[in-house]
Amino acid sequence: MTAAIRTPGWWRSLYGLLVGGAFGFGLVVALRAISGLEIFQTEATGYPHVVVPAITAPLGWLWGLGCFDYWLRWAAGAPTVPDDHADHGARTWRDYFKVNTDHKVIGVQYVVTTFVFFLIGGMMAMLIRAELAQPGTQIVDPQTFNGLFSTHAALMIFVFVIPVFAGLANYVLPLMIGAPDMAFPRLNALSFWMLPIAGVLFLCSYAAPGGAFDAGWTGYAPLSTGAPLGQSFFNLGVQFAGASSIATALNFLVTIVTMRAPGMTFWRMPLLVWANLSTSLLVVAATPFIAGAQFMVLFDRVLHTNFFQEAFGGDVVSYQHIFWFYSHPAVYIMMLPGFGIVSEVISTHARKPIFGYRLMALALIGIVVLSYTVWAHHMFVAGMFAWLRVPMMITTMLIAVPTGIKIFSWLGTLFKAKIHLRSTAMLFALAFIVTFTIGGISGVMLGMIPIDIHVSDTYFVVAHIHFVLFGGSVFTIFAGVYHWFPKMTGRMYDERLGRVHFWGTLVGTWGTFVPMHWIGMEGMPRRVADYAAEFGGWNLEISIAGFILGAAQLIFIYNMVTSWRYGPKAGPNPWRAKTIEWQVSSPPPIFNFDEIPRVVGGPYEFGVPGARHAIMADEKAEVAQPEKAGVGAPT
Amino acid sequence: MRDVPYARLAAAMLVLTVVVSVIMLIPDWNGEQASTAADDIDTLLDVSIVASSFVFSIVMVLLGYSVWKWRARPGDESDGEPIHGNTRLEIAWTVIPTVIVVALAAYSWIVLDDIEAKEGDEQIQIEVTGQQFTWSFEYPELGIASEELHVPADQQIEVHLRALDVIHSFWVPEWRIKRDAVPGAPGADIDADFVVTPDKPGNFSLICTELCGLGHSTMRTPVVVHESEQEFRQWVSEQDPIPEEEQPAGGGPEPPSGGQPQEVESS
Repeated sequence: MTAAIRTPGWWRSLYGLLVGGAFGFGLVVALRAISGLEIFQTEATGYPHVVVPAITAPLGWLWGLGCFDYWLRWAAGAPTVPDDHADHGARTWRDYFKVNTDHKVIGVQYVVTTFVFFLIGGMMAMLIRAELAQPGTQIVDPQTFNGLFSTHAALMIFVFVIPVFAGLANYVLPLMIGAPDMAFPRLNALSFWMLPIAGVLFLCSYAAPGGAFDAGWTGYAPLSTGAPLGQSFFNLGVQFAGASSIATALNFLVTIVTMRAPGMTFWRMPLLVWANLSTSLLVVAATPFIAGAQFMVLFDRVLHTNFFQEAFGGDVVSYQHIFWFYSHPAVYIMMLPGFGIVSEVISTHARKPIFGYRLMALALIGIVVLSYTVWAHHMFVAGMFAWLRVPMMITTMLIAVPTGIKIFSWLGTLFKAKIHLRSTAMLFALAFIVTFTIGGISGVMLGMIPIDIHVSDTYFVVAHIHFVLFGGSVFTIFAGVYHWFPKMTGRMYDERLGRVHFWGTLVGTWGTFVPMHWIGMEGMPRRVADYAAEFGGWNLEISIAGFILGAAQLIFIYNMVTSWRYGPKAGPNPWRAKTIEWQVSSPPPIFNFDEIPRVVGGPYEFGVPGARHAIMADEKAEVAQPEKAGVGAPT
Repeated sequence: MRDVPYARLAAAMLVLTVVVSVIMLIPDWNGEQASTAADDIDTLLDVSIVASSFVFSIVMVLLGYSVWKWRARPGDESDGEPIHGNTRLEIAWTVIPTVIVVALAAYSWIVLDDIEAKEGDEQIQIEVTGQQFTWSFEYPELGIASEELHVPADQQIEVHLRALDVIHSFWVPEWRIKRDAVPGAPGADIDADFVVTPDKPGNFSLICTELCGLGHSTMRTPVVVHESEQEFRQWVSEQDPIPEEEQPAGGGPEPPSGGQPQEVESS
C-alpha cells in the first residue's frame, strides 16, 4: 500500500486528490474559525470551503500522478532522475493512463480524451434539441435547460475543439519538422493532464446546489457573479483548460522556432506548422485575458470584490471587453489549426502543391494580427461607448480578406489536380470549404452593425457559430483524424463506414443549422428553453436533423475503435504524401528518427520531377550531395 | 495543357449568382417591417445577400468544376500540374474582396447613422426598465407608468434603458432595433439611449434577448402601436401616474442588485 503511494500513479493520485482537498478545506475552515467568521458560508455564490478544495484537490491529483516529480526534486536540491524516455511509446492501454513524455502518446491521450468530452457535450446537445423539438416544456425544466446549453458550449470549446487540435498537432508536428520530440516533453505531459480536470470541474457543477453553471459559456456579469455555486466550477475549470492551452502553445512556439530539421527554413515548413505557429501566438497572448475575467468573477463571488458590481463602483460592461478580447482570438484558435489540416489533406489527396503557399502563410499571420482588433463586434448592442462600433466593424470586415484568400487558394490547389476522393479525409476537407464559406458569409453579415442590431443574440448567431465551429472546425478535425489515423495507429480505418459518417454528418449539419438562420431573423432569441409557437415547425425539423447528426457520430466512434483494434495494417505512406511524418513507419519508431532527416525542398512538390522535401537517414548514402534550395522548386 | 473554359466558368458564376440572389431575395427574412429603420436594415441585408451569392457562386462553380474535371481516373496515381501560384490572381483576390467588404462597411455606416438620427427634438421619452423577468415603462414627460409599451404610430420615441439586476436586452423584432439594458445605466458610460420610429399600428412583443436567468424565455411584454395620436392619448389618460416613492434613476446609493451574494431566484 505504501509502495503504491510512493510511486507516481493512480493510487497516489487518489491520495493526492484527497490530501489536497483536505488541505484546502482545512485551510479555509481554520482561517475562518480564527477570524471569527461563520465557518461554512453557504450563501449562493460563496462556499469558500468548496471553491478552495476545488483548486487544491486537482493540484494534489496532478502531483500524485507524477506531473511535478522531476521539478520538485530539482527544486528541493535532490538528485534528479534524468529522463531516459524509456517510458516512451505505449505498449498496452494502461500506458495511456500514465504521465508519459512521448509526444505521440500525449497526442493520442489528447485526441481520445477530447472526443470523450465531445460525446458528452454532444449528448447535451441531443437533450437540448429534444426539449426544443416542440414548444412548451417537455423533458427538462428551464434551469436544467440553461445549465445544459452552458455546459454544452463550455465542454465543446474548452475541452474539445481547442485541445483536440493541440493533440493532433502534438502527434504530427514534431515528426513533420523532423524533431525527436517537443521542446519540453515534461511540460507537454502536464499540459495534457490538466485537461481532464477542466472537463470534470465543468461536469461537477451539476452536483452543486443550484445546479450546473447556467449563465452561458460567456458567463456575463452580473448574472454570473450572482449565480449559485456551479458558476465557480466554470471559473475554475477555465483556469485549468487555459493553463493547459498556454503551456502547450509555449511548447509549440519553442519547438517550431528551434527544433526544425536542418534545411527546413520557414518557407519550407508545411502549412500545418505555420498554422500551429500562428495559433500558438494567439493562445499565449490572449488566453490570460479569459483567465483574468474568470478570476475577477470568482473574486466578486467569493472575496466580495466589486469588479462588476455597479452599485459599488464596478463596471458591468468591462467584463465583456475583457472576456471578448480573448474569446474572439479564441475562435481563430479554434480554426487556424484546421486551416493547416485542410492544406495538408488537400495537397496530398489532390497531388498538387498548395496554390499561393507564401500568401497562405502570410494570411495566417494577418488573421493573427487582425483578430486582436475585432472583439467588440460581439458588443455592438451591449451599450458600450458608441464610437467604438464603426472601427470594430471595419476591422471585422477586413478579417474576411485573409480568410477569403485561403478559400480561393484551396480552390486554386484543386485546379488541374489529380483529385482522389477515396479518403473520407478529403471528403471532409472539401465539404469544409463550402460549409465554412457559408459560415464566413453569415459572419460578414453579423459584422455589419445594422444587421447585427437585428440578429444579435438570436438563432442567427447560433446558426453562424455552428456553421463555423461544426462545419468549420469539426469537419477539419474529422479530416485530420481520418488522414493521420493510419500513421497514429498503424492500421487503416474502414472507408465505407467513413463515408456513412461523412454523409450523415453533412446532411445533419446543414439540416440542423441552416433553418436556424431563418428563425433567428424572424424573431427567435437564443438561450431560450421555450419559444413562440410560430417557430415550432422549424424547431422540430432542426431537432430531427440534429438527431441524425448525433447518430452519425456513433458510427465514427465505432469505426475508430474497431479499426484501431482490428483494422488492416497500414504502411508508412498510404496517401503517398511528401511530408516527413509519412517517411517513417506507421506507427512511427518510438524515438521518431534514428537520424534527423535533412530538408532540401518545399513540402508540396507534387508533379515536379526529382523534387524532394526531405532526405531520410537511410537514403543519405544514395544522395551524396545536399541538394541546394531552388532545384526544381521555388523555396 | 488542357484548355479550361474560363469564359464559360465565368458565365456560370454569373448565372448562379443571379439565380441564387433571386431565390434568396424572395422571402422576407426579417419578417414584418414596423419601423422606419426596418426597411433600411432589410435593404442592407438584401445587398449583403447579393454580395454573398456572388462569393458563394464562385466557390461552388470552381469546386464543382474541379472535382468533376480533374477527378483522378481509377488507377491514375500520377501527380497534378505543379502550379505554385499566380501572383496576379492572388493580388486580385486580395484587392477585390477588400474593396467589397470596405464598400459594405461604408454602406452599413450610412445606414447606422440614418437609423440612429434624431428627427427634430419632439421624441416621446420612455424609460424602459428590465428586471428578472419583466419589463416596465415610465413616460416621464407624460407622468405615467405602465406594464405595457404603448406608442403612437409615426412618431419617433427615445428609449432610455435601465436594468435592476442583470443585463437584459430590448428587442421588438418588427422594429429591428435592439439594445442591452445594463445595470448601472445611465451612469458608468453606458450607452443606454436609442431612438426608433414605429410606423405600423398593431400588436407586437417586446422580447428579452440577453440571457438573464431562469425566466429569460418567458420575458416578453405586449407592445401596442396606436393608429392615431388620439388613441394613444386616450390610453395615456387611463394609466397610473409614476409612483412617488421611486428614487430618481441613477441618483444616490442603490441597494445591492443581482450581482451580490444573496437569495437568488434561480436556485
